[in-house]
Amino acid sequence: MPRRLAAASVLLLLSGVTSSANEFERVRPVTNDATRKECGECHMAFQPGLLPAGSWTRIMDGLDDHFGEKASLPPGPATEIRAYLTGNAAGRGDPALLRITEQRWWLREHRFRPEVWLRKDVLSKANCEACHRDAARGLYDDD
Amino acid sequence: MIRFLMPTLAVFAVGGAIAATANPARTALLDGYAAQAKAQSATFAGFSAERGRALYLGPHTGGKPETNACAACHTPNPTAQGRHQRTGRAIEPMAVSATPKRFTDPAEVEKRFDRDCPNVLGRACTAQEKGDFITYLAGQ
Ligand code: HEC
Ligand code: HEC
Repeated sequence: MPRRLAAASVLLLLSGVTSSANEFERVRPVTNDATRKECGECHMAFQPGLLPAGSWTRIMDGLDDHFGEKASLPPGPATEIRAYLTGNAAGRGDPALLRITEQRWWLREHRFRPEVWLRKDVLSKANCEACHRDAARGLYDDD
Repeated sequence: MIRFLMPTLAVFAVGGAIAATANPARTALLDGYAAQAKAQSATFAGFSAERGRALYLGPHTGGKPETNACAACHTPNPTAQGRHQRTGRAIEPMAVSATPKRFTDPAEVEKRFDRDCPNVLGRACTAQEKGDFITYLAGQ
């Protein structure tokens, strides 16, 4: 067992992954056009791998009142996007939480002073791109 | 005769404004809104960039306080990049001179009016307001 652990650490070192390695630091970019278009209008199109399938299902069920905005879609794109998001969802996370920014792993990585969230260039926790330059490509390990 | 001529002149005036930024899809979109506006109001006499500007700049009451004008997200200068009030996301300029593809995809345009008019005005936009808005921004 210690042997296997050691081997794993070597692999981690070789692949340049930091010790805080986290399955969310690199997620697959959005490859579905409908999702990129319809879910990338008001904020960047969040990658399916950032939330578990249960969260995506509830988000897609509630587009009429989407965090206070009307984001409803015609049935065609809605079905396609739902299938894409749930089919490529994260393996972990709490499906009872709708937000990425409420997930435990996310909160752990973002313990900043409250003023940070009030900065004009940030405005919202969901504005991943304000801090992660390559967020749209699914790269969050850029600090 | 005069009643007949007036709308014709108005249509010509709109036609002139469009010619400056000729795009068949945008022309067709405006024609559609003009037909709807006529059906909605017997006194409709063409779109007005000036009314469109007033709509854009606001401020309005009835919608959400933080979005009391189109300009709240799109900035008072339509050639400037806007910003979503809640998410911070950048929005391409609304002015056609800055973003030539604006108002060329009818489904997209309707979807945006459908979502944004209630936020700003607290109600849907009329066909005339939609046409005024596009006429203003097509000339910017
Ligand atoms: C009309 C604008 C609009 C559209 C379209 C839209 N959203 Fe949102 N979305 C928002 C707003 C506003 C928030 C809340 C932002 C905040 O609270 O900071 C939000 C938040 C979210 C969040 C939570 C972010 C967090 O805090 O973790 C997710 C996930 C999300 N949206 C997914 C989607 C998906 C999937 C689609 C496409 C089906 C979509 N959105 C389309 C406006 C929109
Ligand atoms: C105010 C700036 C800011 C915003 C906004 C922000 N992050 Fe971060 N994020 C950071 C910083 C700084 C770190 C590095 C934390 C550390 O190294 O301990 C980080 C770390 C992360 C990590 C872990 C990266 C790693 O190397 O393990 C992920 C994943 C992540 N963020 C995703 C997101 C997502 C998704 C959003 C939008 C929903 C977001 N972040 C919004 C600043 C931000």
